[in-house]
Amino acid sequence: MTTDNSVMFQASSLNRRNEKVQGLYRILFGLMTLMLVTPVLLILGTLVAKGGGVISWEFLFTPPTDGMRTGGVLPALIGTVWLVMTALLLSVPIGIFAAIYLSEYAGDNWFTRTINLAIINLAGVPSIVHALFGLGAFVLFFGFGTSILAASLTLAVMTMPVVIVSTRESLQAVPQAFREACWNMGATRWQTIRRVVLPNSVTGILTGVILEVSRTAGETAPIMFTGAVFFTPFLPQSVLDQTMALSLHLFVAATQVPGIAEEVPYGIALVLIGLVLTMNSASIAFRMWLRGKKKW
Amino acid sequence: MVSQSTIERPAAAADVQTRGAAPRIKLAVKDLTISYGKAVALKEVNLEVREHEIFGIIGPANAGKTSFLKALNRMDVFTPGMRVNGDIEFNGRDTRHLNNIYALRSRIGVVFPLPVGLPMTVYDNVALSPRWRGITNKADLDVIVQRCLTRAALWDEVKDRLDALGSLLSGGQQQRLTIARALSQEPDLLMLDEFSIAVDPVTTMRIEDVLKELRKEVTIILVTNLVQQARRLADRTAFFLNSECVEIGVTEDLFTGEVKDRRTRDYVEGRFG
Amino acid sequence: MANSTTASRAPMAAAGDADSFDRRNVDWYVDKLVQVLVFICGISAIIFVLGIFVFVTKEGIGFVFQHLDFKEFFLTPYWFPSDADDPEYGILALMAGTASVTGLAMLVAIPFSLGAAIYIAEFATGKTREVLKVLVELLAAIPSVVWGFIGLVIMNPLIIKWFDVPVGLCVLNAGIILGLMAAPIMTSIAEDALKAVPDRYREAAEAMGATRWQVTYKVVLPAAKNGLLGGVLLGVGRGFGETMAVLMATGHAVNIPDSIFDSVRALTATIAAELGETVVGGEHYQVLFTIGILLFLVTFVVNLSADLIVRGIRKG
Repeated sequence: MTTDNSVMFQASSLNRRNEKVQGLYRILFGLMTLMLVTPVLLILGTLVAKGGGVISWEFLFTPPTDGMRTGGVLPALIGTVWLVMTALLLSVPIGIFAAIYLSEYAGDNWFTRTINLAIINLAGVPSIVHALFGLGAFVLFFGFGTSILAASLTLAVMTMPVVIVSTRESLQAVPQAFREACWNMGATRWQTIRRVVLPNSVTGILTGVILEVSRTAGETAPIMFTGAVFFTPFLPQSVLDQTMALSLHLFVAATQVPGIAEEVPYGIALVLIGLVLTMNSASIAFRMWLRGKKKW
Repeated sequence: MVSQSTIERPAAAADVQTRGAAPRIKLAVKDLTISYGKAVALKEVNLEVREHEIFGIIGPANAGKTSFLKALNRMDVFTPGMRVNGDIEFNGRDTRHLNNIYALRSRIGVVFPLPVGLPMTVYDNVALSPRWRGITNKADLDVIVQRCLTRAALWDEVKDRLDALGSLLSGGQQQRLTIARALSQEPDLLMLDEFSIAVDPVTTMRIEDVLKELRKEVTIILVTNLVQQARRLADRTAFFLNSECVEIGVTEDLFTGEVKDRRTRDYVEGRFG
Repeated sequence: MANSTTASRAPMAAAGDADSFDRRNVDWYVDKLVQVLVFICGISAIIFVLGIFVFVTKEGIGFVFQHLDFKEFFLTPYWFPSDADDPEYGILALMAGTASVTGLAMLVAIPFSLGAAIYIAEFATGKTREVLKVLVELLAAIPSVVWGFIGLVIMNPLIIKWFDVPVGLCVLNAGIILGLMAAPIMTSIAEDALKAVPDRYREAAEAMGATRWQVTYKVVLPAAKNGLLGGVLLGVGRGFGETMAVLMATGHAVNIPDSIFDSVRALTATIAAELGETVVGGEHYQVLFTIGILLFLVTFVVNLSADLIVRGIRKG
């Protein structure tokens, strides 16, 4: 066997090498992370640099002119607001109730696992398949035609997992002891949920809803054949009208309009991503603020 | 202490009626077996709890004491995997077959080992159950809140901050808040499950005094891991061990060696547990 | 005993108890009603997934039964759906397009997102960690049409300039874009998997003198293996199903690619580009839905396996 000295020597030399390797890996992974996240900043920077110039109240609040080659984005902006609001009206209640079922009622069994699998699939099915579904089901079968209603229903089905997952998370963050305290006082499950569980998770649920707004506003494929059109000079009057939408408008401006002023699609992209990222950041900020504010 | 509390309950009249007569049976448990899947938590328990007594249950951890309380309260339907067999009669009514178990639970107050102050104001904590019963009048609620907090020996400490969050009170205060909340149910039966685990000795003594007062009005089941606490408070005591009810008797008998089973004496004398 | 639920309820109203324990009040019925309601909403996800399958199949099944020649459909690269006389429906080139773009995207995304996940979970601390997580989340938030736009107006000229090729809308362009799009979900799932490895494993290894990297490599990564694989699969599903970005960044040319600078066309993009021109119920319309069925089935299998793999580690 070796002497004590040599063992110690070996160990320390090994340690020094390990330290070096350790440092290298740290730098390597750090760089990889940086390369992954810098595109966000680069993209934002480019969009702002090239499209920032056209952004003005006028750009936001006038319709496109000259065959969409110039002018603003008003009908698309309004259309997106209609689509998002209608979709939320449908998906938020169903999503919240579904999350309540999963968090408060469902047992740990194959049936619950099937529901979870369905939720994962709903989020994972390609958006263009959602579009086909929307066309087949809402536009044709239910006869809503290409309309805000059909498009919003499609969007609602597609983005519902966002609300379900985030709501379930915030419901489950409420300690079980609170529920049991209420049950033991003779409260029904619903009384408990309404009086104790929901009030203490509502802010978390709101975070998820904001996130869903951001997700819904950015979707393009699902609305292409169900309710959004390339161009219409009219603002929607009801959910049975067709409409323009920011996301589709960006696609059209970038690919289908020859001779468009270069900064216009950049401007549209900037409005869209501004809307989406603002909502997203709000949701993140809200979540962080929540984390700092403990009620128990 | 609580001596200044104004107990203005219509219970007094009913109290007089039963006094002197043979003790009424509040709770009768027959052949009660509780299991979780294949694991048996409690086997064939038979016991009776009399009106206005403090009935102690002692025994080491995992003896089935908490499961017993859960079964009385019909919490089994909300506990996945929990199965209850046997008869439980509460006020002569078979609790295994009820249309409205919530009505049963609302008559039974429960205090847990760990204090649970709900994340709402102290006032709302105590007003919660009355509101669920349909009491909305502010003046009525004020009276109930003050009465319950006073009886739980908490009123003096929180009367100036009734709008503080119940979940942010100190542990001892939260435990008394939990008791106040249980009292706000105007319970017929009060069950306490090792209430002193998370409470300092001074608060424990205060709560014990509260319980001595309360027994005039409600029947109390006191599950405790402190045998001396059972000796101080309980009229009769049951000893649970390894999922079985080993012995039931007048509390003092268990401590003076008048026991049927040696294990009981070993336990109260602190040889195990 | 009608007033047994009021403030003055007598504590010993035994007869009233018997009564009230059996009487179902408004709260009881409301609770039951809510229970039914949340159950219906709870199963809505299943209904929707079934609905997607049923409606997409309903529109596309006609083609499968009447015209589908499996050999022609899957094994020929000739996609001329709008030829009036002799339309041809071979999706081999489209599948090659999807596969090449998704494959390249994974080559980009897997190392970078695993690296990022390891860095965030094992090396980064405090503020850095928070900021990186937020940035990854924002990366995930960028809409696919914006990614497509970036491929079109930023990546396209860059690729032309750097590699001296005539067209920059190609496998490379779409692969990078798609890689960036799939990376956030892979990163966050991989990070969850790493975080799920109990700290005591790390502490035990560190107590024996191992460095952070040795701990990660020898202990944490093997323990998180399934979660990482699940994350990768979900990323594959995401890339495979992406529509707008590949529509705009691939060049949209039906072509079996020889190099990463070739333009291709993806299955998803084909539907998006052509559905608007078809006649409802026509052959072309139906064949696009048939592709939809295919996409649905593939993503279903991918998501199912990802879920099973991730769940496997949680159980174990």
